[in-house]
Amino acid sequence: MCLGIPGKLVHWISREGPFARGEVEFDGVRRVCNMACVPEAQEGDYVIVHAGIAISRVDSQEARRVFEELAALGEDEGWKGGPS
Amino acid sequence: MSHEPQKSWELNCPVPLPVDGEHLTLAHGEGTRLTRKLIRDRIIPALGGGQLASMEDAARLSMPSKSLAMTTDSFVVSPLFFPGGDIGSLAVYGTVNDLAVSGARPLYLTLSFILEEGLPLALLERVLESISRAVEQTKVQIVAGDTKVVPRGAADGLFINTAGIGQLVEPVPPGPATLQEGDELIVSGPIGRHGIAVLCAREELALEPPPRSDSAPLARSAEVLRERLGTRLRAMRDATRGGVAAVLHEWAESCQATLRVHEAEIPVSPDVRGACELLGLDPLHVANEGTMVVAVAPGSTSDALEALRTTRAGKQASSLGKVVRRGIAPVTIVRALGTEQPLDDPRGAPLPRIC
Amino acid sequence: MERRPIMKYLDEFRDPAASRKLLDEIRRQATRRWTLMEVCGGQTHSLLRHGIASALEEVVELIHGPGCPVCVTPLEAIDFAQKLALRGDVILASFGDMLRVPGSSRSLLDVKSVGGRVKAVYSPLDAVELARRHPQDEIVFFAVGFETTTPATALAVAQAAREGLENFSLLVAHVRVLPAMEALADSPDCRVQAFLAAGHVCAITGYEAYEPFVAKYRLPVAVTGFEPLDLLQGILACVRQLESGEARVENQYARGVRQEGNLPAQDMVREVYEIRDCPWRGFGVIPRGGLRLRDAWRYYDASVRFASARPLDIVEHPDCRSAEVLAGRIQPPECPAFGTNCTPDAPQGAPMVSSEGACAAYYRYRPAPAAS
Repeated sequence: MCLGIPGKLVHWISREGPFARGEVEFDGVRRVCNMACVPEAQEGDYVIVHAGIAISRVDSQEARRVFEELAALGEDEGWKGGPS
Repeated sequence: MSHEPQKSWELNCPVPLPVDGEHLTLAHGEGTRLTRKLIRDRIIPALGGGQLASMEDAARLSMPSKSLAMTTDSFVVSPLFFPGGDIGSLAVYGTVNDLAVSGARPLYLTLSFILEEGLPLALLERVLESISRAVEQTKVQIVAGDTKVVPRGAADGLFINTAGIGQLVEPVPPGPATLQEGDELIVSGPIGRHGIAVLCAREELALEPPPRSDSAPLARSAEVLRERLGTRLRAMRDATRGGVAAVLHEWAESCQATLRVHEAEIPVSPDVRGACELLGLDPLHVANEGTMVVAVAPGSTSDALEALRTTRAGKQASSLGKVVRRGIAPVTIVRALGTEQPLDDPRGAPLPRIC
Repeated sequence: MERRPIMKYLDEFRDPAASRKLLDEIRRQATRRWTLMEVCGGQTHSLLRHGIASALEEVVELIHGPGCPVCVTPLEAIDFAQKLALRGDVILASFGDMLRVPGSSRSLLDVKSVGGRVKAVYSPLDAVELARRHPQDEIVFFAVGFETTTPATALAVAQAAREGLENFSLLVAHVRVLPAMEALADSPDCRVQAFLAAGHVCAITGYEAYEPFVAKYRLPVAVTGFEPLDLLQGILACVRQLESGEARVENQYARGVRQEGNLPAQDMVREVYEIRDCPWRGFGVIPRGGLRLRDAWRYYDASVRFASARPLDIVEHPDCRSAEVLAGRIQPPECPAFGTNCTPDAPQGAPMVSSEGACAAYYRYRPAPAAS
């Protein structure tokens, strides 16, 4: 597949070409990840990390939209809704 | 200090390599003055003397009861020191835990060291200090020991073999073969911590803060369970290699029922959760060194949890699942969607994966 | 009791009530049973792990696609990697799951147990770090994976070049997903009526490239993520299109995938790699199905640097029908070796080895036959 896990960009370390790096938090641990492919990410954003490299910035609006569409499906059965 | 292959016909006198006093040499293991010095000056004082000081060939023990439990184990962890523990305390706790989960009060230990030539003596001393602290904490006695030195490359720094003897305390839990439908399963703390700590340290995965091992003695936890539950305590097992899943599979095999666990109930610490998601591992398959699986009689979970939570190792004890009639698989897990799925047996040591 | 850990953008997408709602909606929409293929092994894994495939059995048949990069890595490449690991001057690094896949006779982990120098790493950049720390050794990274992984290996080689690390090289076995989907759709016995495209591949490539595919084959494609909610939404999108006779590209995984993909990553990959015809284990040669290093980067190509070590061609085990499994022509249990001669402990074909492999996923998550 390509195991890709969303983590929170805590801070940028370097923006230097192929060496661009940032510290990314995954629940209780942080790891320095390569950020060369996601230069637009801001601290606090979530990025999807695969094999130590951020491959995409998570679009929080799009993530919410999934749950809006779900809500539109019909009667609510008590699920708690999407990311805040 | 490498040995060059002999290049000429000259005699190669068997003179011990120069001893710098900081590293082990083969001569330390050859029964010579150096061996005695190593044991008398470094090992015995570090371990507090006692029976060992006599340097006899065997320990003489007095036994408080007729029913004993005995176990043996070997410790080869790499790296020797890892966040939350080291090979020394691990050897003591691991042996004590095997006795404790068998329903015994741990009494005596033996320690056998296999040391690699070139090992820094300072490192050996750190391990000995750690053993000494662990022995004091668990109130067992080291009654015999042995030391061998092997050529460089024949061991990975330092291996420890132990034996442990404990006194069985009635009522002894009848064990996994007696598990029946309706019995309840408990885990004594958050799972997967030792395996993740060692994997991160060994493979230099650079996670911050470095996940810490749960390496700890379980004797107190086992004792409070025995006292609180009496005959309602069915079985205990420390979930070492292969993690909780391996224990569940072993138990299911011996009782021929299905062990069903609920994913939502399983305690996982935030660092293990993050590391497992990132590395593609299931915490149920990852080793523990201070966490056990417990089976109790129907309706006994809340008593067991209350007792466990009074101990240091059991603060986060949690319900895990139930024994049910043999169904789709020996061990099953109910995940998010509420459907029951087989939980597979762990295979091989966990490695980080891309897929 | 300490808090239950919450991982944002993962845990919400595993919500049971929302999942049940989607399951109901899929059942409500489907007037017949449809045949879908999830392209990616990670999706296969999640579908079986969470019991989605069995929950939808009556309305959707899920065929497991070729999307396990370690499964389709040709035997020859694995054997070559093993030879390198045994040279003595090479440390062969790769992802943990690649190390378990058997070549013609054994796996890289087996080779390690007889003294081969093999190292599991989490990231190709960790292999570059190995090269920095072991200047006296040759570090070869066995670069497997789909488009998702190519930026990581391209970055690794770019870092090595910038730093003048001469002891780093790549053994490239990267494959491309779309040509494999075309090969499947072209095959006369293809039963697939819609595809769940691999979300993380599309995070890099975007999904514009799927428009011509949809136009040519008239098959719906839903770019889909990996959590239960993602998969259920992807399936629902396909079922809706099929029921209304449409065929479009839909992006279910919009939180991680943009239409144009990741442009900086594409630039990086294009600079380092070029497309080639490529053998896939189980498929044969797929036109434009893989990548190789461009001439300008040949210095970092392990297959050039160690050309003299290349092994001869090899054939698969005769009982193994993994080719048909990988092509979606049969389900794993239809293979005569499945679960008997071929188990995860003694695998004959790659899909039984990798945790992503369809056979292994079936073996793990399908209930065992009723105990006798």
